[in-house]
Amino acid sequence: MVEWIIEPLSYAFIMRGLAAAILTGIACAVLSAFVVWRGMSFVGDAMAHAILPGIVLAYITGTSLFFGALGMAVIVAAGIGWLSRRGEIKEDTAIGVIFTGFFALGILMLSRVTSYQDLTHILFGDILGVSTGDLTIMLVIMVIVLAVIFVFYKELLVTSFDPSHSIAIGLSPELVRYGLLMLIALTVVSAIQVVGVVLVLALLITPAAAASQLARRLPAIIGLSVLFAVISAIVGFYASYYANVASGSAVVLTLTVIFGISFGVNTLKNRIK
Amino acid sequence: MVTKLLDYGKPCDTPAIADTPALLVTGVNFSYPQLNHRVLENINLVIHPGENIALVGPNGAGKSTLIKLVAGLEKIQAGTIEVYGNPATACKHRISLVPQRSQVDWSFPVSVREVVMMGRYAHLGWVKRPRQEDHDRVEAALKRLEIDCLAERQVGDLSGGQQQRVMLARAIAHDADLLLLDEPLNHVDIATQELIFHLLEELCEQGKAAITSTHDLGILPVHFCRAVFIDRQVIADGAVDEVLTAENIARAYGFEFHKQKDLSQWLNG
Repeated sequence: MVEWIIEPLSYAFIMRGLAAAILTGIACAVLSAFVVWRGMSFVGDAMAHAILPGIVLAYITGTSLFFGALGMAVIVAAGIGWLSRRGEIKEDTAIGVIFTGFFALGILMLSRVTSYQDLTHILFGDILGVSTGDLTIMLVIMVIVLAVIFVFYKELLVTSFDPSHSIAIGLSPELVRYGLLMLIALTVVSAIQVVGVVLVLALLITPAAAASQLARRLPAIIGLSVLFAVISAIVGFYASYYANVASGSAVVLTLTVIFGISFGVNTLKNRIK
Repeated sequence: MVTKLLDYGKPCDTPAIADTPALLVTGVNFSYPQLNHRVLENINLVIHPGENIALVGPNGAGKSTLIKLVAGLEKIQAGTIEVYGNPATACKHRISLVPQRSQVDWSFPVSVREVVMMGRYAHLGWVKRPRQEDHDRVEAALKRLEIDCLAERQVGDLSGGQQQRVMLARAIAHDADLLLLDEPLNHVDIATQELIFHLLEELCEQGKAAITSTHDLGILPVHFCRAVFIDRQVIADGAVDEVLTAENIARAYGFEFHKQKDLSQWLNG
């Protein structure tokens, strides 16, 4: 048994892959509580896809993916806000148009400049190709996400619960929303290597969706989300090593199973009551 | 943008000016950008410290819009709004808003205590954590609204009346001088209504001022001395029995009823 666990870890690149999955899982899980309870899944998914051109541009020019994603996220958020500012275009329509447009642009850029291999890595993740440098970035991103959520926790609470009160006391809910979108963009940089652009949303939704079936209080939901994400990272990772399946999909499927179990437990609990 | 960031949690550097009204609204017009008619037209209103007034009018009369303008939720387009002698938005400590129920996401996972603590945020601002004084004030507000036993419950689990008590407790913790309550009586039980009215009376005796918007005309004579009837414009402003005339009601609601009868009689009963 011990050997079974240790064997994959004797390879440095596999160790790095597992670490990447855990770091990314933690960052995404903490955010997922807010994405789920603020009803931001559509805009979160949109953001995850729409920053692709920024990532590709950073990739081509050899600059940091970190700044490519963040710069693009600012453009996307501003674009959505600008298009829907007068209410003539509904916000979800604006999100839909911008998200698909930018995603298409990203794919187009990728297809011009890189091989098909790189494209699949960005779309579906490349967890075994994580370098030490990538791992450092992921660590930095996780620390930023945890720090921002901790420091601005009360602002997140009030803008989520009662935006009117928030405006009345001089705190702009829009500002907090844009801040959250920036954090989502950052985690996407991390998550792209682990699960790829296509499945990023799973990490931003499913942990808190599962946790919310079992816990009522926000800190507990966040804690459980992190636990579920870490378990999924580890289980998915070993599954992909031993069963030779795509690691990103294995992580996401594990999360989905955890959600299914949580949902079942909650349903049974309510029945018994 | 930067100055906007600094608004939140800013100490109140515009002290209340003595002998100024709690609220002075002068020549306010307002229209929403999507609609081409005016929602508010030439509104003039004076409310003195210690006054507890009802803001009445039919749906779409602009009651909520007026409250939003005072609270800074909408930008003033024409006219001025002054609170204790300063522009309405100058000090975030001075005005407390109890928004309409539908403006709040009741399903969001927060506890009663956390919501009441939000009343202290205007005093705390960015990054700062609640101090002992803030915890004490939250505790006192919970006790005043008789919901201290619910403090750890999730707000989503409470009844409508209990939820409204939480919002009132938040306003108490905010320690503002002007309270704005937008339709606070909807879906609220009688006991809570009574508690809210007593609380407002008590606060106004301390020299604060309160505006309660409602479309429930029946409660006016019992709980308010003064009512302001608006329907885009101020239609009537004064003692409740002077405001609640058949003519005013007919004008505001667009129909005439019991014209020959004296309404105040059954409204009082």
